[in-house]
Amino acid sequence: MAAPYQLNDDRVVVIIGSGAGGGTLGNEIAQKGIDVVILEAGNRIEHEDFINDEWESFAQLAWLDHRTTGGGWRVHKDFPNLPAWIVKAVGGTTTHWAGASLRFQEHEFQDLTHYGKIEGANLLDWPITLADLEPFYAKAEDKMGVTRTNGIAGLPGNNNFKVLKAGADKLGYTECHTGRMAINSADRDDRLGCQQTGFCFQGCKWGAKWSTLYTEIPKGEATGKLEVRPNSHVVKIVHDKTGKVTGVVYADKDGKLHEQKARIVAVAGNSIESPRLLLNSHSSMFPDGLANSSGQVGKNYMRHTTGSVYGVFEKPVHMYRGTTMAGIIRDEAKHDPSRGFVGGYELETLSLGLPFMAAFLDPGGWGRSFSSALDSYSHMAGMWIVGEDMPQEQNAVKLHGELKDQYGMPIPDVWFTDHPNDEAMRNHAYKQGIALYEAVGATRAFPTPPYPSTHNLGTNRMSAKASDGVVNKWGQTHDIKNLFVSDGSQFTTGGAENPTLTIVSLAIRQADHIAKEMAAGTI
Amino acid sequence: MTIIYQSRGLSRRELLRRGAIGAALIISGKAVISPDNAWGLESTALKPDTMATLILMARDTYPHDQLADRYYAIAIKGHDAKAGKDASYRTLLEDGVADLDKRAGSGGYRGLKWEDDRVTILRDVEKSAFFQAIRSDLVVSLYNQKEIWPAFGYEGESYSKGGYIERGFDDIEWL
Repeated sequence: MAAPYQLNDDRVVVIIGSGAGGGTLGNEIAQKGIDVVILEAGNRIEHEDFINDEWESFAQLAWLDHRTTGGGWRVHKDFPNLPAWIVKAVGGTTTHWAGASLRFQEHEFQDLTHYGKIEGANLLDWPITLADLEPFYAKAEDKMGVTRTNGIAGLPGNNNFKVLKAGADKLGYTECHTGRMAINSADRDDRLGCQQTGFCFQGCKWGAKWSTLYTEIPKGEATGKLEVRPNSHVVKIVHDKTGKVTGVVYADKDGKLHEQKARIVAVAGNSIESPRLLLNSHSSMFPDGLANSSGQVGKNYMRHTTGSVYGVFEKPVHMYRGTTMAGIIRDEAKHDPSRGFVGGYELETLSLGLPFMAAFLDPGGWGRSFSSALDSYSHMAGMWIVGEDMPQEQNAVKLHGELKDQYGMPIPDVWFTDHPNDEAMRNHAYKQGIALYEAVGATRAFPTPPYPSTHNLGTNRMSAKASDGVVNKWGQTHDIKNLFVSDGSQFTTGGAENPTLTIVSLAIRQADHIAKEMAAGTI
Repeated sequence: MTIIYQSRGLSRRELLRRGAIGAALIISGKAVISPDNAWGLESTALKPDTMATLILMARDTYPHDQLADRYYAIAIKGHDAKAGKDASYRTLLEDGVADLDKRAGSGGYRGLKWEDDRVTILRDVEKSAFFQAIRSDLVVSLYNQKEIWPAFGYEGESYSKGGYIERGFDDIEWL
């Protein structure tokens, strides 16, 4: 039974966002008997209603509110109003994600220690270690049903994986398999096994891929302690004279504003909306925005060093059939500065349907070079590069100086420029990816530029010292005890791994902390 | 604007009189008609000649020899509708096409029979608002037509068929 709570009920924990961080945190604390209201800006669309069509699905799920961009990244030129491909719906971007669930490597929690000072990078060690997070990684993997953990079999390899694996063998890579995926390889947790449909990014119509939409959220609702309120777009967090947050103001589907009281507020709106909300919640007491005494809110925006490589072969591949990202090479994920950069990257299978391949192959490109590549669509194999990028202070989510949304709040302006380390890594990965496909007989291979960001990280970063970041090792803001951040914006650095497993693990850990502190009466 | 797939009733003699047997599109009244009479495209806001040039320009931008003109015509038809509602947009397109014709010389853009010659002109104008309006729309309006997907070997929606678990997700044989 979903519990409806009154607007003036100031006992509730209010969570903003229902994705990997918010959805998980909501269920975890509801399971502990704590009253929770999740305010979700988007609609509630159940998985049966997802659409196997790229543009239609994009219109159904994507976050399309007005945003602007700046900086040297190509996304600014090609997709000036679409910095990120993320979701506005119950379940957040866990509806769209690919399912890759990798733990950080030990050194990736201590970048500054291991990489040293890097010019232009704002590197910092996390205030936690891999050992601190390991028990929670284990819980998250069990919760999400991650393949190759907990005795769960790997997914079967599709055609795209088989090409990747053949190339990996030729190049001498040793760690190549169908991934650690939060996609059922067999029925589990009342959800079906993967049917190899090939539309992971459009939302899994079978529910085989873990999403908070049909796991954490209904489980939380079943406790009678969790209410998810869709179409509730939070525009401001409010506080009292002591500086403690007391509730949030949100707009309902008709644009009407309401104030929901709260004992605790947890922000989990993804790394663009979360800092935007903190900045937009400025007051006379906090003129630079909430939890921003460090000046780091919105700064250090990371998006992973990405890019793709596609190879064209004499004979058909049909890469779009089957699980999109069930294929990985981890050999390059290590930190090995002899390659000319710090940190590492993963290579993962990737496929787009014809419509999105046309949109993303070479944005703005045209002519026979472009169209002949698409002519070979059925003979293509594809991979995605995902590597650690450097946090840089000037890469930031800022409030736009003039443009406002329909509620009168400044829209986010997302600035990003590659660090030289990011470029060196991407070029290395392009070279390896092309060599891999050529080793299997590709007649043509080409690099494609980064897409709008799916991994948005770092804009409310975790730090030991209040002067270095926004939240402490529990995701609790340094400045305001009853204000938490529960999404990927907490990341001090990004690691080489797809971030969702780490977001979920941090949320489970944070839930324990919140329950303990509430019981102790400290928040 | 409507896409009409039935015969427009032009006789073979009429076609011959217009010297239009062959690949080129025919302008008849307010319509662009394919030479085999398989389809016609009526324009409402733009000149039919402009539509015919836009269709060829679309092919030159994303050339796929396996695709018939009608797919490019379908991809372009939205511009006529938009031009009907927005006079400045109509001017942008009419002026853009007039500019292509001027750059092409006496026979106009459609008079240049080699793609390379036409593409040279397009490269010269690719930064223009006109070219960008056509290209940025086309990359969706062409490739998002389900009817063309089989020509690329893309199978589209698969949920209703039970995914590919029994339909070849791992059927690669040549590795």
